[in-house]
Amino acid sequence: MLEAARVTKRFGGVPALRGVDFLLERGQVHALVGANGAGKSTLVKVLSGVYSPDEGLVFHRGRPVRFTGPQDAQQRGISAVYQELSLVGSMSVSANLYLGKEPRNRLGMVSFRRMHADAERLLDSLGIEVDPRRELRSLTLGQQQMVAIARAANTDSRVVIMDEPTSSLEPDEVETLFEVIRRLSERDVSIVYISHRLLELFQICNTVTVLRDGQVVHTGRMCDIGPVELVSSMLGRDAADIRRTGTTAFTHEHTPAAQEVLSARQLGGSSHADNVAIDVHAGEVVGLGGLAGSGRTETVRAPAGLRHPGRGTVEVQGRQVRTGSPSAAIEAGIVLVPEDRTGQGLVPHLSVRDNIVLAALPRLSRFGLVSQSKQDGLVHTLMRRLGIQATGPDQRVSELSGVNQQKVMLARWLALSPKVLLLDEPTRGMDLDAKAQVQALVEELAGQGLGIVLASGDLAELVEGADRVIVLREGAAVAELQGDQVTADAVRAAIAERGT
Amino acid sequence: MTITQSRLSAFTRDYGVYAALVLLALSNVLVTRDFLTVETLREQVILLVPVLIVALGMALVIGTGGVDLSVGAVMALSAAVLPLSLDYGVVPAVMAGVLTGVLTGMLSGSLVAFLKVQPIVATLAVLVVGRGIALVIADGETPGTGLGVDVPTLVLVAVALIVVVSVLAGQTTFGRQLVAIGGNRTAARYSGLPVNRVLLTSYVLCGSFAAVAGMFTRLTTSDPSRTGELIGLSAITAVVAGGTPLSGGRIRVLGTVAGAVLIQLVTATLLENGAPASVAQMVQAVIIIAAVVVQRGTR
Repeated sequence: MLEAARVTKRFGGVPALRGVDFLLERGQVHALVGANGAGKSTLVKVLSGVYSPDEGLVFHRGRPVRFTGPQDAQQRGISAVYQELSLVGSMSVSANLYLGKEPRNRLGMVSFRRMHADAERLLDSLGIEVDPRRELRSLTLGQQQMVAIARAANTDSRVVIMDEPTSSLEPDEVETLFEVIRRLSERDVSIVYISHRLLELFQICNTVTVLRDGQVVHTGRMCDIGPVELVSSMLGRDAADIRRTGTTAFTHEHTPAAQEVLSARQLGGSSHADNVAIDVHAGEVVGLGGLAGSGRTETVRAPAGLRHPGRGTVEVQGRQVRTGSPSAAIEAGIVLVPEDRTGQGLVPHLSVRDNIVLAALPRLSRFGLVSQSKQDGLVHTLMRRLGIQATGPDQRVSELSGVNQQKVMLARWLALSPKVLLLDEPTRGMDLDAKAQVQALVEELAGQGLGIVLASGDLAELVEGADRVIVLREGAAVAELQGDQVTADAVRAAIAERGT
Repeated sequence: MTITQSRLSAFTRDYGVYAALVLLALSNVLVTRDFLTVETLREQVILLVPVLIVALGMALVIGTGGVDLSVGAVMALSAAVLPLSLDYGVVPAVMAGVLTGVLTGMLSGSLVAFLKVQPIVATLAVLVVGRGIALVIADGETPGTGLGVDVPTLVLVAVALIVVVSVLAGQTTFGRQLVAIGGNRTAARYSGLPVNRVLLTSYVLCGSFAAVAGMFTRLTTSDPSRTGELIGLSAITAVVAGGTPLSGGRIRVLGTVAGAVLIQLVTATLLENGAPASVAQMVQAVIIIAAVVVQRGTR
């Protein structure tokens, strides 16, 4: 269907792809994996007409092609669904599906009746249960993702490229997506599937290509390779080594102390997280598991003062903290790294320096004037301690990679010497290497006696990182696992168990 | 947009105002008669300083991502209050004038910070109220001619305020917090910053600056409700032309000064060369649009 042969693509002289061969056959579901920066996105953009290759050729249906742009590729039946959805929230589902190619009646007006009918047929054929008349933004993120995929699959597409389609999906939505992919594949549509969630690949893909540093290091049938071998070829690390230490960087070298740093009760107030209590000891990592919507995020945000927990109470080292106020929580030593780094954490266009000192400004000031020398000393120390990679403290934080942005967030809080660190999905959207860097830092901070709450949807991270895991369902704590009980199977069982 | 293009537009945003200023000044030296005379310059300084002072306060509010439309009304109000209290001496009169700015600023700031009213709506409401009160106070009489300060004092006050705002914006906790709030309010709140206090303070400062400017304004009309009618637009234009984005998160104090000088110079050039005042106003509208277009896509 679609093939790249000896494709090389450079950006400012730096090669992002080096002689890459990639063959996508009819009806294939082809996994494309690699660490961030391995060249996945570049390859996908070459295949979908966004970039043209510097060297090498792209073949479409056996003939060499030069796409003039993404529209050209789309007209030839190649469409891509990217992580950021390009849909219009205020319009109906069917209007989104037929944007720019609306069916018309004889007067040349848009025929909404036909559009809705067509949309219904299309969604039905893919097994997507969404009312085409509904406004797009009233749907869940997962449903919106389905609409985007349906739109890509709609236009007589022969090739659909999906970049991280499941990053915002719930497990049952992932199942629906897989069903859609299966149906497309049965219709001989070829699919390129990119995901950091390795286990999914084994469920849905039949072929895999691994990229590392812009080169293909492995290509073959999915059933011929195991998860560990896949990770080892992605990272260029020894397979035996990965089997021994796991895929995360947690080592469990820290030991929880007897002293309790955080004691939070009745983190309710709303319908969610009603009876949840969290106690954290110094040097302990407490994991919070559960599906999105289980109250995981609400629970981790409440002690930080970002949500008013009604009658709930929060104590730090036995001392009561005023609830519902971020500044009171911070004052007491409770800090939160929010899930949405750029939206709720960083000030994107300000420098690394400004972002690091943001919360510490009053401590660096005298009579309201910020001491430059104190500030620069602090920034220098923290950048070195956390290994923040930037051209310097003046670089804009928006220009940094995800892992370095997360380190800037951590640096902002470490500047305040906190007692309790709340982490909400701290490694979301990062590749394995980046995740490992953040996890190693979490491990180190626990070793230094911080009490840590780790809310995560990543089972491996919870199981390997936490000393104790609290599992939430529908706003209530349904299980607390400790010591040897903390296994992936036990957590999965607690998460999935249906209520009586 | 390619890298070179975005660098070019970032450069235009940051330094375009200075380039425009130099060009305009040079062409004036060549074209406009009597441009470099002491009398012309004195005249220009008297007209410039109020706009400049208002623009300095405006830069703080725009830095938070807001805007203050009420500055002209606040000027009119302080200009109307001043003669009422001049009998008690200059210092109490000035204090009374500044107080009007503090109060109106507190009103706008409270609406914005605590009631979460959009800045445009909040300050528009304060504008209407302020003009109304100014009209009642003056009661149709011709008020005095401001403080009647001499030119060196005007320059001194202007320079002092430029220094104050520069230090405030760049070196103080308040200024750094203000810029962070303008850049990402959610992140600022989550980081424990006193968001409401900083917002309120910025509007109070803006109001106070406008009140000071009002007392320096030589009244050209007997109707005090018309004092500083278009000064809000001039101030916003000066701030934006100087490289401070309307979306907030960044303050350029020297750019604002250059912007104010540029606008005054453009107006003066047009008027000196025989263009009607209405044309000068329209040119100002063009400048603000041009400045916003240059800033688009850069931050």
